[in-house]
Amino acid sequence: MGENGAGKTTLAKQLNGLLKPSLGRVTVDGDDTAKKSVAQLSRKVGIVFQNPDHLLFSETVREEVGFALKNFGFEPGVVLKQVERTLEALDLAHYADTSPFLLSGGERKRVALAAVLAWQPDYLILDEPTIGQDYQQKERLRNFILQLNSQGKAVVMVTHDVEFVAECNPKVVLMSKGQIVAQGQADEVLSDDGLIEKASLVKPQMAKLFSQLSEYGFPRDVVDVHRAKMLLEEKLTEVRVRVAQSS
Amino acid sequence: MSLRVLNGFKFSSLKTPVHRLDPRAKFLLVIGIIVPSLLFTNIYLLAGLLIVQVPLFMVGRVTKRWLQSLRAGLFLSALIFVVNFFTGPLVNAVALTLRFLLLMTTFSFFFMTTSPDDLGLAIDKVGFIRWLSRRWLGYPNALSFTFTTAVRLVPTMAVDAQTVVDAQRSRGLELDKGNLLKRVRNYIPILIPLLLIAIRRSLELAEALEARGFPGKEGRTSLFELRFKPVDYLLLGISLAGIILSFWVFLYYRVPTI
Repeated sequence: MGENGAGKTTLAKQLNGLLKPSLGRVTVDGDDTAKKSVAQLSRKVGIVFQNPDHLLFSETVREEVGFALKNFGFEPGVVLKQVERTLEALDLAHYADTSPFLLSGGERKRVALAAVLAWQPDYLILDEPTIGQDYQQKERLRNFILQLNSQGKAVVMVTHDVEFVAECNPKVVLMSKGQIVAQGQADEVLSDDGLIEKASLVKPQMAKLFSQLSEYGFPRDVVDVHRAKMLLEEKLTEVRVRVAQSS
Repeated sequence: MSLRVLNGFKFSSLKTPVHRLDPRAKFLLVIGIIVPSLLFTNIYLLAGLLIVQVPLFMVGRVTKRWLQSLRAGLFLSALIFVVNFFTGPLVNAVALTLRFLLLMTTFSFFFMTTSPDDLGLAIDKVGFIRWLSRRWLGYPNALSFTFTTAVRLVPTMAVDAQTVVDAQRSRGLELDKGNLLKRVRNYIPILIPLLLIAIRRSLELAEALEARGFPGKEGRTSLFELRFKPVDYLLLGISLAGIILSFWVFLYYRVPTI
C-alpha cells in the first residue's frame, strides 16, 4: 500500500521480470529475475493488471482464459479442463461463449483474473483488484484470496482499499516515494497515525473507533470487525458482571 | 524498439530560445530543410543539413533524446541502406540513408521543441485551413483542434501500448518468437486492446468536449497570442531564401551525388 507514484506497480513488475533491477537483485524461488525471461517467470508469478481493457482481445471468454495456457504450451486437453475449472471457480461459466467486451466492468475484471488464475501460478499479484467492484464482488474476491492462501499460494495485492485489507489482516508493506516505510501485520501498521499519513491512506473505521476508545482501556491496534466484536463483548460481560455484583 | 523512436517526437516542456521560436517560422525552417533534402541526393549537402541542426538541438537541450531516437531508428536506416545497396550504387545507398536520418531528425526537432498548444494556435492562424475546416466540418477551428488532439494523444498512446505489452507478456506472450508470420500474428493481442482503448477514449473525449460547449462561437479568442519576434523574421527569411535557392539550383543545374 502507499500513495500514487509510491512505486507499488514498479515493484510488482519486478516480480515477473517485466522490469529488471538496475541495482541489486530480485530472486523468485532462488532464481535471479535478470537471468530469466518474462514468460519463464510468469509461469510462477501471475500478475493481474489493474485495467482489464489492457489485456482482453479474444472473441470469447473461453479463448481469453485459455490464451496464456496455450502460450505456456499446455496440452489441449489440459487447457480445456483448466479453463472450465477456472470459469467455474470465478462464476463465469455461463459467459464462456460470450465476447469479453460485452461484459460489465466488474465482470471484465473477473475475466482478467481468470485469465491469470487459469495456469495456477504459485504467486499471484493483484494490482488494484477492488476498484470498480461492488460489495458482493469484493466479498467474493476476499473469500477467493483466502481460499488460494489456504492452498499454499502467496497472494500479493497492490491496493488503496484500507477496509478491504483490514478485514483480512494480512502482512502489510507500506511504500512511499519508492521506499518501503513500514511493514508488519495490518493491525499494527494501519492503526499507526504517523505511518498512515506518510502513505496518504485513510485509517480503517475500526482503527478510528478504537483509538478514541483507548481511554477505556481498549488496545489501539484493532482494524477488523471480528476482533473488535470480541473485545467489546469481553468488556460488556465484564461490565455486566460488575453491575450484577454491585446491585 | 518502436516506442523509443516515439520518444524523439515527444514535446519536452522547456523554456529555451528554440522552444520560444514562433511555430510558423519554425515550420518554415523544417520545410526549408526538407525541400533541398528531397530535391538533391548530394551527400555533402545532406550531411551539412544534418550537422547544421546539431546546435539547434543543443540550444533546445534535447540532444540526448534525439540521439536516443536515432539509435532506435538505426534498424530502419540499416534496412534502407541494405535495400538500396543491392539495387544501386553505394553512394546512392549512403545518400538515401542520410536522407532518412535527416527527415527523421528534422521532424523530431520540430515536434520536440514545439508545444501542441502553440502548434494548434499556429494552425488556427492559417486562413486556408480555417476555410477548409468550415467547409468540411462546419467550424473554422475543428481541423486545427483535430490535429492538436492527435499530436497530444501520441504520448498517452505510447504509455497504453507499454502497459498492454506488459500485460500480454505477463500472460506468456513472446513477441520475438517464431517465424515471420507468427511474429506478425503475435501483435494481434497488442493491437486489439490498443485500438479499443483509442476508440473508447475518443468517444469519451467527444462527450467531454460537448459537455464543455465545444466548438463555441465564431471568433474565439485565446489566452496566448502568437507574435513574430525579430528572430522569427530572420528565420523566415533564411528558410524562404533556402527554399527558393533550392528550386532555382534544381531547375538550372545538375548536382552530383558526390
